[in-house]
Amino acid sequence: MMRLDLRLPIGLMFTIFGVILILYGLLSPATVYQVSLGINVNFWWGLVLLAFGGTMLTFGIRGEGRRRRAAGSQ
Amino acid sequence: MQHIHLGAVDYVILSIYFAFVLGIGWTLRRFVKSSEDFFLSGRSIPAWIAGLAFISANLGAQEVIGMGASGAKYGIMTSHFYWLGAIPAMVFVGIFMMPFYYGSRARSVPEYLKLRFDEKTRGFNAISFAVMTVFSSGISMYALAKLLELVLGWSFHMSVILSAIIVLAYIFLGGLTSAIYNEVLQFFLIVLGFLPLVLLGLKDVGGWAGLTAKLHTVATNAGFAPGAWTESWRHLSAPSANPMGVEWFGMVMGLGFVLSFGYWCTDFLVVQRAMAANSMAAARRTPLLAAIPKMLFPALVILPGMIAIALHVTRGGLLPIGADGTPNYNLAVPVMLGHYLPSGLLGLGLTALMASFMSGMAGNVTAFNTVWTYDIYQSYIRPGQSDAHYLKMGHAATVFGILLSVAAAYATTRFNNIMDMLQLVFAFVNAPLFATFLLGMFWRRTTGHGAFFGLLLGTAAAALHHGFTLPHGAVMGLKGGFLGAVVHTYPSEMAQNFWTAIFAWTTCFVATIAISLLTTRTKSDEDLHGLVYALTARIKDHEQRWYKRPAVLGVIVLGLTLVLNVIFW
Repeated sequence: MMRLDLRLPIGLMFTIFGVILILYGLLSPATVYQVSLGINVNFWWGLVLLAFGGTMLTFGIRGEGRRRRAAGSQ
Repeated sequence: MQHIHLGAVDYVILSIYFAFVLGIGWTLRRFVKSSEDFFLSGRSIPAWIAGLAFISANLGAQEVIGMGASGAKYGIMTSHFYWLGAIPAMVFVGIFMMPFYYGSRARSVPEYLKLRFDEKTRGFNAISFAVMTVFSSGISMYALAKLLELVLGWSFHMSVILSAIIVLAYIFLGGLTSAIYNEVLQFFLIVLGFLPLVLLGLKDVGGWAGLTAKLHTVATNAGFAPGAWTESWRHLSAPSANPMGVEWFGMVMGLGFVLSFGYWCTDFLVVQRAMAANSMAAARRTPLLAAIPKMLFPALVILPGMIAIALHVTRGGLLPIGADGTPNYNLAVPVMLGHYLPSGLLGLGLTALMASFMSGMAGNVTAFNTVWTYDIYQSYIRPGQSDAHYLKMGHAATVFGILLSVAAAYATTRFNNIMDMLQLVFAFVNAPLFATFLLGMFWRRTTGHGAFFGLLLGTAAAALHHGFTLPHGAVMGLKGGFLGAVVHTYPSEMAQNFWTAIFAWTTCFVATIAISLLTTRTKSDEDLHGLVYALTARIKDHEQRWYKRPAVLGVIVLGLTLVLNVIFW
């Protein structure tokens, strides 16, 4: 028995991190990125985190739905 | 050194992570009803989760900071800890040892020793293990607080108390399940937090080709062949040909065989994660699945150190210089974080660093409370109580385990040598233990007396070897030679450690065989069913799909590791 689908908190946390980094990347001045070779790493890595978090979250929610249906049909 | 400045966004990311860690513990608290739930997750963890926790529990301070430091100091040879040591050992534990650990229904490694041998062997292992876990978790805490003080200017006391409270809270609430779930969260955080650092660093030095060229300068400056930092095997013909000061035999036998197998196959901290798996098949797959990401970890933890030293030497002055005039290698990874990551990603990288320390601490605390409750309290202090009583004891053990760790952290600040001393004790205790397990699992004639006295003699041999040898340039004392005479001088501390392990293992192996042959067996063949290879029914895994069979996975993992060894030969 799985008591808590671990994909849900992992997915949620990285989705939040992704959104924060994307927003911060869009709003912060370019001088911030002198250290990172002039690349807006916050924005780009935020996209990566959002994609990872979103995928985890999607699978987690689908798994949850499947479990609920299985429990309902019994 | 100048402190790294954190912005508001960095603190937001750090706080969100703490909220999730505590939230997971809070959600899981209602599922802890029995002591088995608390200590073994009710044996209900799927293989992929157990596998990621298996790596993460070991991803403590030692790995992230230590491997980065070694990457800077020794170059790619550091990856032998993975490609020669950890991976083959993980395959071995999954295929050959897990059937006994999981199949015997032992609840801990010391308990297996009690079933296989006798009470005294268990007692010896339980007590030495409990002491070691408390100190490791204390040292993890100390290292984290020291690092945050140095890099961010945070108060040492605040860091110790904050990390202690968070780890205490989530283990107290959800037991091992909570620790394992958080370890998986930490695993992804460490990968996704450090990857941008590696990518930016590589881009800056001009990719692998650029890094190789710069590391050639590092190597020739230090008086070695140009490839000494970028080729893992080619410079192992003699100790003087590589920065680690080790030759191939010491490397393969000492690190690859004794130390790595000793750690991954007998240390309850990691084995506990596999024991929590939901079936025998899942328990055996746990270390095998863990091996796949593990073999890529050198890119994440060793490479930043290599980039740091390349930049330090070719561009000048990246790493702070210590009192003895050499760069402070331990700061390689934190300095890189500050060097490349802007506010935002810096918060993520720092969160990953803190996550790694906390997972190392939590791993020790969960292993401690289990061994304390089952192998010491239930066995020697108050046997025969109700399950609810032991569950309560588990909660109490978590609290005083953390309190002892805090005490150990402060003891470390008072006595600088504790960290070195502990590494020593590890080598003394873990290395001979692997000989005991090997004989116990594969030779039914091994007796309890043989195991116990073999273990004692092996530990004594380690102490003797250490007492009569010294690494080059060290003074007599903790580093060796404490028995008053130096019989042999090793080119480096690493070489001395590897050979201490080889002596300890060989002594234990030979002594256990000799004493077993001289003493009578106390356990009959019937008693040893499920505990010894020849007396246990072979597990049939032909019904499973091919990619789930341990042997198939093992061969794939070893094949991939071989490829990595050849690429970076």
